[in-house]
Amino acid sequence: MTNHEQMWEELGLDVDLHKELIKSIDHTFNQTVGAQNERPASMAYFDRVLHESHGGRVAELIEARKNGKKFVGTFCIYVPDEIAMAADAIPVALCGGTQFSIPYGEKMFPRNICPLVKSTFGMALSKTCPYGPIKDLGVGETTCDAKKKAWDVVNFYVMEVPQKKSDLDLKLWRQAVADFKSRIEELTGMKVTAHRLTQTIDIMNDKRRALQKLNEFRKLDPPPISGLDALVIMQAAFNDEPTRFTEHLTELNNELDDRVKKGISPFKKGTKRIMISGCPSVMGNWKVHSLIEKSDAAIVVDETCTGTRYFSNLVEDGVADLEKQLDALAERYMKIDCACFSPNNERMETIEKIVDDHTVDGVVQYILQYCHGYNVEAIRVARILNKRKIPNIKLETDYSEEDMGQLRTRIDAFLEQL
Amino acid sequence: MDDSGVIDYVITDTGVDPLSNVLKMLKHQEHDNIVATGYGRYLAQMHLQCPIITEIKAYAIGANFLFPDCRTVLDIGGQDSKIIRVRNGKVEDFEMNDKCAAGTGKFLEVMATTLGFTLDEFGNISSRADQAVPISSMCTVFAESEIVSLISSGADRKNISLGLHQSILNRIIALMGRTGFEEPIVFAGGVAKNECIAKLLRSKLKMKILLPPEPQIVGAIGSALVAKQEITSDYTGRKNQKPKGV
Repeated sequence: MTNHEQMWEELGLDVDLHKELIKSIDHTFNQTVGAQNERPASMAYFDRVLHESHGGRVAELIEARKNGKKFVGTFCIYVPDEIAMAADAIPVALCGGTQFSIPYGEKMFPRNICPLVKSTFGMALSKTCPYGPIKDLGVGETTCDAKKKAWDVVNFYVMEVPQKKSDLDLKLWRQAVADFKSRIEELTGMKVTAHRLTQTIDIMNDKRRALQKLNEFRKLDPPPISGLDALVIMQAAFNDEPTRFTEHLTELNNELDDRVKKGISPFKKGTKRIMISGCPSVMGNWKVHSLIEKSDAAIVVDETCTGTRYFSNLVEDGVADLEKQLDALAERYMKIDCACFSPNNERMETIEKIVDDHTVDGVVQYILQYCHGYNVEAIRVARILNKRKIPNIKLETDYSEEDMGQLRTRIDAFLEQL
Repeated sequence: MDDSGVIDYVITDTGVDPLSNVLKMLKHQEHDNIVATGYGRYLAQMHLQCPIITEIKAYAIGANFLFPDCRTVLDIGGQDSKIIRVRNGKVEDFEMNDKCAAGTGKFLEVMATTLGFTLDEFGNISSRADQAVPISSMCTVFAESEIVSLISSGADRKNISLGLHQSILNRIIALMGRTGFEEPIVFAGGVAKNECIAKLLRSKLKMKILLPPEPQIVGAIGSALVAKQEITSDYTGRKNQKPKGV
């Protein structure tokens, strides 16, 4: 028995089933991420983060907990990591991206909710999630009905994300941020101070800056990195310790700089440039990115939670007063333009800007099945793209492989149109 | 195909070993060039080193060749249905059905079997029904159970059949609504052979519906035209290059 296997057994996981899960993820990884050419050497680190997400990273969290730290599981980019970190907690995003756990999720949850929710809870229900047993607090939010009600079932702490963006809503959100701070302080027994918050705001801003830099490289023709590799980096960002992540991303950005100078890219100049817009693709889910790039197009930007929504906008720094820091945090996080808001004009403006900045040839609206927010908002997004004569297509799909043939036909036919 | 049009064609089931079927067909067909299309296009490309196009493009080109004023192609095949808006043989927009058999040839095939008809009889019989029994379910699995209950309640098979054809038509029209459509509409794919669907489509849309002489080979004609263009013009830089491996 390996060290990891022993750890999984001690955590009460179904070790045999867990082996099957890992095998299935490895298989998908090798067919997609691993099957690419001309990958930057520095990608090895991010591949490892993904591979160690159930191993090394869990061991690290267990060790940290022994030293008094608390581990907080999160499921949305609205949860301000800075606050958790300032009270000596470690936040890690735990969304599920594998088909493997979905049948287990469907044992308890309705089938017609999104695959991300079913996969996430399926992992817990099938005893294949090593994070569940060591989690000190689960933090949910109110971004969709399926999640909102699921938190009740598992008794998570819930942050209230408002539905509109009026002054009243911002006040409510500001209060939700303050309440979250109190809840975290209660959990760890540590006070969030202005000094600590300054440090964690810097850490997270540095991480965002590095991701923004990576995004800059994707504006080039040809981009020095594939969209699939950029996605792997985003997935690693959700799991890894932030300072270490930023160091390795800086290294990768330096390599990309070098590749641009030498003219190295996985794509030829003039390759069709695709923007992914809509739902997140979390760890384990490389389906649509891989299909698009296998058909000789380049994904040059992701307007998703695993893309620009995660790293756009920094938190105002240099603020020494705790209350003002909380204001700054609330303001920054409120700028995330999730489809849960009504109206969501800011997202339309963002999309138009990104299309220009990245010289996009076509937009794929990626909709996770049953994600009503993004699915309905797709009508508005299509309208603004049509107005600007930017070809666009909506792909609604889940994590399964059963529609791969059909998806590929739709993607190829879309690319033929460009 | 040559300049005069289609010389010869073969239709065969995809089967469980499509590649062998393709190779068998090619053995008896003289050809200068190949372009593959359809769900098996990547398999063909791998073994024949031939160019590929999607069936969306193939149907647009094929329909335009058969009916130069064609503005919309409705293709209902075995596993999916597509609506393609065409202008001068170029795809303007397209939509495909969701990832299930509802509204496809497979749905008709399963329903025909449940009712004890052959696929050929099915459309014919339905055209002769006097009153449709409404079918509420579009899911292949649920519709099958619904039919079993209807049969048990003594409903006429002919009328159930017409109801099924109407429900499939509603599904098709919903799909067409997503892209919008203009006449003339070319109705292609295996389901175009079903006279009941074509009749219902005409009476519902009150538009010009054109049926190709052989609705199942419109995509093949489109591919053949692309293959012909490849060897007669040099825009691809592959002039007169025969595919390898054949």
